[in-house]
Amino acid sequence: MQKYSIFNLIKNAFSNHENWDLAWKDPTPKKEYDVVIIGGGGHGLATAYYLAKEHNITNVAILEKGWIGGGNVGRNTTIIRSNYMHDDNALFSEFGMDLWRRMSQDLNYNVMFSPRGIINLAHSDAQMNTYARRGNSMRLNGIDAELLSREQVKEIIPMADFSENVRFPIFGGLMQPSAGTARHDAVAWGYARQADSMGVDIIQNCEVTGFDISGGKIEGVRTSRGDIKAKKIGLCVAGSTNILADKLNMTLPVETHLLQACVSEPVKPVLDKVVTFGAGHFYISQSDKGEMVMGGDLDGYNSYAQRGNLPTLQHVLTEGIAMMPFLSKLKMLRTWGGIMDMSMDGSPIIDKTHIEGLYLNCGWCYGGFKATPASGWTFAHTIAQDRVHKLNAGYSLNRFNTGYLLDEKGLGTKTWIS
Amino acid sequence: MLHIKCPHCGMRSQNEFSYGGDATVKRPELNKEISDQDWDNFVYNRKSLRGKHLELWQHLSGCRQWIKVERDTSTHEIFKTMKANGDVS
Repeated sequence: MQKYSIFNLIKNAFSNHENWDLAWKDPTPKKEYDVVIIGGGGHGLATAYYLAKEHNITNVAILEKGWIGGGNVGRNTTIIRSNYMHDDNALFSEFGMDLWRRMSQDLNYNVMFSPRGIINLAHSDAQMNTYARRGNSMRLNGIDAELLSREQVKEIIPMADFSENVRFPIFGGLMQPSAGTARHDAVAWGYARQADSMGVDIIQNCEVTGFDISGGKIEGVRTSRGDIKAKKIGLCVAGSTNILADKLNMTLPVETHLLQACVSEPVKPVLDKVVTFGAGHFYISQSDKGEMVMGGDLDGYNSYAQRGNLPTLQHVLTEGIAMMPFLSKLKMLRTWGGIMDMSMDGSPIIDKTHIEGLYLNCGWCYGGFKATPASGWTFAHTIAQDRVHKLNAGYSLNRFNTGYLLDEKGLGTKTWIS
Repeated sequence: MLHIKCPHCGMRSQNEFSYGGDATVKRPELNKEISDQDWDNFVYNRKSLRGKHLELWQHLSGCRQWIKVERDTSTHEIFKTMKANGDVS
């Protein structure tokens, strides 16, 4: 594989950049693999990469129904953070933060990781108290957290509405300075390119239509490009989890819902933090191109539509304008939707299943993108060693049966309520 | 935007309704032995497939009645709406 460097950039300039290698190949599927990963999103690509890098398993195929970067890895709002209160979520995410910091060097691909900080705004004394508690929990787990007063928040984001007579006045906020954003497409392409270079077959336009199971053990998959045998199969398909689970006769604690995001027209730099509205569900950051990147609630009913409805978008942007009134002057450039695998306690599942050789990675709700490296790393470990790592021990499938739920937000089982 | 025909009030905008989830889920009968698996299936486990989906909605900003709606989760086409007991109107 050609290394991306300043020297290679100069060298290729002499041939008008027409002789760069393809970033990854387009192989025909083999008859058999040691491991097949279903789903070529960020998590699937990262899983294959860490299988090769950490566990020396390179006879691996990634099966992707569409194309690399076409699903949720290219549809999210690119936020990276580890501001969780519960230990299982906090330690898992903070492990991921370390991988994010090293990712561009590790993958030899600039993922434009920008640790600009995230501020969760508080709009009441009670909310300040819960943020203080969460911040303290984070610090006990070695994660940076700062409780900000109203004046401190005003200094950082003066464009927010600090007038006295608003419905949800800003009382302060909780900041994680090391949180930030990254270029999501680059994350997918970087993992794909490195996985490919270590021998992983990335097979696009290949839909899984069924499974071969014999005596409680997985033997292979049936796909639109032929049958493929595999000793181990990792299911990593986010919004298609329920569909594939049905083919396996499994019913999971997951529902499929639609989440929208949008960007405004590009404007000059105005916001150098990720900010979330504490009295509703709205988050915003500014991209390097100058667009305001915004998102919020689910559409509110089970959906596979991959495009959203207007009432939800209007509701979300109303919250945005309440928080930062200048947004009302901006034109909308683009809106889109992605299909979320909403788990019943808001936390993901990375675990073995009752079928030998079949592993499950799903339930990412609103937070799939930031978990990409940690999810891939722990899922690769779970598949390679046939046992969960302590980092994903809390993300077990049977926690819904034993009662050890990871209900970070305390929302209960109505996944569409945010 | 969805337009939902409330069996009590007629065609109304989605804005008047709130969602109540899968209508095929049944609470286990309390007068007999209930396994953990039965409770799991009632509380947590959902099919949530692409295509026809029978679901509950409440006409919150209208007659406040719970109703059943059969809708396609991919196209959002609504095939039929019923009263909570299954009567068509």
